[in-house]
Amino acid sequence: MTQAGIPVAAAAPSAPAARLPRRRGVELSLIVLAVLLPVCGYCAVGLARNGTVPPGAAGYGAGLGVLALVAHIAVRLCAPYADPLLLPIAVLLNGLGLVLIYRLDLETPGDEAAPAQLVWSTLGVGLFILVVLVLRDHRWLQRYAYLCVASTLVLLTLPILFPAVNGARIWIRLGGFSIQPGEFAKVLLAVFFAAYLAANRGALAYSGRQVWRLQLPTGRVLGPVVTIWLLSVVVLVLERDLGTSLLFFGLFVIMLYVATGRTGWIAVGLLLAAAGAVAVGRLEPHVRSRFGEWLHPFASIEAGEGPGQVAQSLFSFAAGGLTGTGLGLGHSTLVGFAVKSDFILATAGEELGLAGLSAVFLLYALLVERGYRAGLALRDPFGRLLAIGLASLVALQVFVIAGGVTGLIPLTGLAMPFLAQGGSSVVTNWTIVALLIRVSHVARWEYDGTLAP
Amino acid sequence: MTRCIRHAATFCVVLLVALLLNVAWLQVLRSPAYSGNPANRRPTIARYQQPRGEILVGGRPVTGSKDTGEQLRFERTYTDGPLYAPVTGFASQLYGTTFLEHSEDGVLSGSDPMLAGFGPWRGFAGGRSPGGNVVTTIDPAAQRAAFEGLGGRKGAVAAIEPTSGRILALVSTPSYDPSLLSGNRPAVSAVWARLNEDPEQPMLNRAVRQTYPPGSTFKVVTAAAALDAGVVRDLDEPTDSPDPYQLPGTTTWLYNEADDCRDASLRHAFEWSCNTVFAKLGVDVGVRRMRAAAEGFGFNDKGVRIPFSVSPSTFDTRVDRAQLALSSIGQYNTRATPLQMAMVAAAVANGGQVRTPYLVERTTRQNGGTVSAAGSRPARQVMRPTTAARLRELMADVVTEGTGGNAAIPGAVVGGKTGTAQHGLGNAGTPYAWFVSWARNDDDMAPRVAVAVVVEDASARRGDISGGGTAAPIAKAVMEKVLHAPPAK
Repeated sequence: MTQAGIPVAAAAPSAPAARLPRRRGVELSLIVLAVLLPVCGYCAVGLARNGTVPPGAAGYGAGLGVLALVAHIAVRLCAPYADPLLLPIAVLLNGLGLVLIYRLDLETPGDEAAPAQLVWSTLGVGLFILVVLVLRDHRWLQRYAYLCVASTLVLLTLPILFPAVNGARIWIRLGGFSIQPGEFAKVLLAVFFAAYLAANRGALAYSGRQVWRLQLPTGRVLGPVVTIWLLSVVVLVLERDLGTSLLFFGLFVIMLYVATGRTGWIAVGLLLAAAGAVAVGRLEPHVRSRFGEWLHPFASIEAGEGPGQVAQSLFSFAAGGLTGTGLGLGHSTLVGFAVKSDFILATAGEELGLAGLSAVFLLYALLVERGYRAGLALRDPFGRLLAIGLASLVALQVFVIAGGVTGLIPLTGLAMPFLAQGGSSVVTNWTIVALLIRVSHVARWEYDGTLAP
Repeated sequence: MTRCIRHAATFCVVLLVALLLNVAWLQVLRSPAYSGNPANRRPTIARYQQPRGEILVGGRPVTGSKDTGEQLRFERTYTDGPLYAPVTGFASQLYGTTFLEHSEDGVLSGSDPMLAGFGPWRGFAGGRSPGGNVVTTIDPAAQRAAFEGLGGRKGAVAAIEPTSGRILALVSTPSYDPSLLSGNRPAVSAVWARLNEDPEQPMLNRAVRQTYPPGSTFKVVTAAAALDAGVVRDLDEPTDSPDPYQLPGTTTWLYNEADDCRDASLRHAFEWSCNTVFAKLGVDVGVRRMRAAAEGFGFNDKGVRIPFSVSPSTFDTRVDRAQLALSSIGQYNTRATPLQMAMVAAAVANGGQVRTPYLVERTTRQNGGTVSAAGSRPARQVMRPTTAARLRELMADVVTEGTGGNAAIPGAVVGGKTGTAQHGLGNAGTPYAWFVSWARNDDDMAPRVAVAVVVEDASARRGDISGGGTAAPIAKAVMEKVLHAPPAK
């Protein structure tokens, strides 16, 4: 993220392409750690709950290990210059998520989510490998920007045809299967934004009228992208998917700012957001209750109705304290509904404590930082915007859901990347990491010791 | 563009820092407040996460734990629940704890810091210790004899070892099974409602939480006061008392159930329970010395704990002479728990010394190591030893010659005092039958047991109710069990 992260020796002028070392061995050793750590966690859960190592520990470790190894081989073959931290971080977070879900499964018999999550993770790694193998050059995606935006809109509108689940129309159910198209849509939208903004960056920054100190682009340039964005957000609000609409908003503002360099856009975006939030808050009782619960998480206790979900989540974090109760020894199931998905962080906070939770946050931070670093090192605007967009997606998503369950901001349902139960989410996040692997490979391959303009 | 990327990165760092700061604040600074929130179920879950320690009677646990596998995992079970309910109380997940389950909860639930021993790692472990055990002083045979003696009748028995204050039996009938209140099933609340609405009040611990007019059994106290004060010097000297006795300052006459009470000696009056003699004696002793005697035995003491609290027995000291006369024969505002009357008998048996009664011999860790033991508690000399000796003579006469013949035990010295207490508006209620007594084997040096029995039997005919007929056989059964048991360690 900072200058210090770039090797100083490479700053020599007109040096020949000083490719960064491949570091595949580092990646492999980190992957071994990233597999061992969740296996230890899995054993810890078993020891804490039943006093024995769970019988599936070896199989679980082997499964995770094989997945990670195959992914590593794919990276080694097709993206040898890729950033060596991305894959281990993804493996570790995914493994930790599986442990947490397995642990919660023990207390909710009859509702086992870990096996399905493992299947989805396998699918995610499969997609990861596919992307790493097939997508030789990320610029190829630029050509399909309009296909991406069309699929985004289709994916976003489809759930309207399906019944609402727990107040939100964000699922498509087919047989026993349910997928959350909003998850996939966010990657497609990031691709579209990156492609559009990269292509029209000059026009956005320097054309059009000037109003006060704000340089407005022409409507012809800005119109389409704002329309797409507004359309997505409106659909999401109709579906009551507040988390994803917040995510899309943040993504758009960041990418627009990075593409144009105009601070004014942030101001305009914030104004729009404030207006939108007030309007939605007025019209939607769902939003109003979420906001009320954020301001007064203990209101339901005082009213004699028992603690609400946010209060239960706060109790969980508080119970964890500095070092946590230990895996398998907390009582985060008191959170009840959504404890394995939106509220998975409460389990991490209670059983791993502030120490473990900080480590988890730092893993995400590292993932984001690696994305930003790839963006900085790349020279094509599309690649840069894509890397920044994908990294920002992870950062925003982590902030929105973690902030929600810890009472920092009003709660809006989103999945903690890799950690939370949810097939669509896991598959999407593996795709994001795959794209970051690809762009980082190019970034480190092309790296000539200078930073692109 | 690079500059903007750096700005965006800074923004992400700000988000991360906000998250970390908020989580640190939540998990470290706010943690105690949230953990102490009454709506937080974690302390409750932790409490039931491990089996509770046991309450032991005669070396055997009368409690147990059942693993329900639910969130509040371990439930209390009781063997002979109704028999020991006045001792153990209940430990309910819905309604809390009572009696020993309540007063020894720290040891039983494992939260008592004494259980964990010492060590620098203790604070870090943060967990509970395994529940410790509570060893009671109860003698199972005496307890059962008292319970079966009372049978279906409403009443209570308290028995103590005079030399130490150990409580050997504590029975209250009708009783209930505390296992029915464990757990948090809907059936538990149904049982709770039924027990609370029951007019027989099965959950009332009559031995320690109900006071009764002690009636004639209080004459032991009056006699002790009179002998100590020198109002009576010779047991066989006439007491110069009329029959009937006109209550001082009133036109009310006090009569006797017994004959030959006019001018009777203390011995005769005690044996046959002459109201007139003791009413006059009380007045002669005076309120100040009567109060000193009664309070010496433990009346008006609001702080008795065995370790759960005992309802204070009362001797009203703001009385005129007529009221004092009635108070001195255990009427008017004089009220006593069965445990208090057992203490009166024990003091007489024990040379005039009162020992504070106690129910917990010691508490132990799960592995048997002692956490705390009942030390010898200070004794109070409440009457001169010679007075006690003369009272023992009087009480023994009651059993050998007087109204307490039903308590006689071959091979043992038994002293007793019967009582039939009037109560209700205009004394209309069915009287309570009392019997207080003590006993030692012929070859014992020290008294082995003191007992108080009260039977409030509304179903019996009034004429049948008398301390000697109804209560004395129960006391006898209890004393026999204690006398025939090998001496306590």
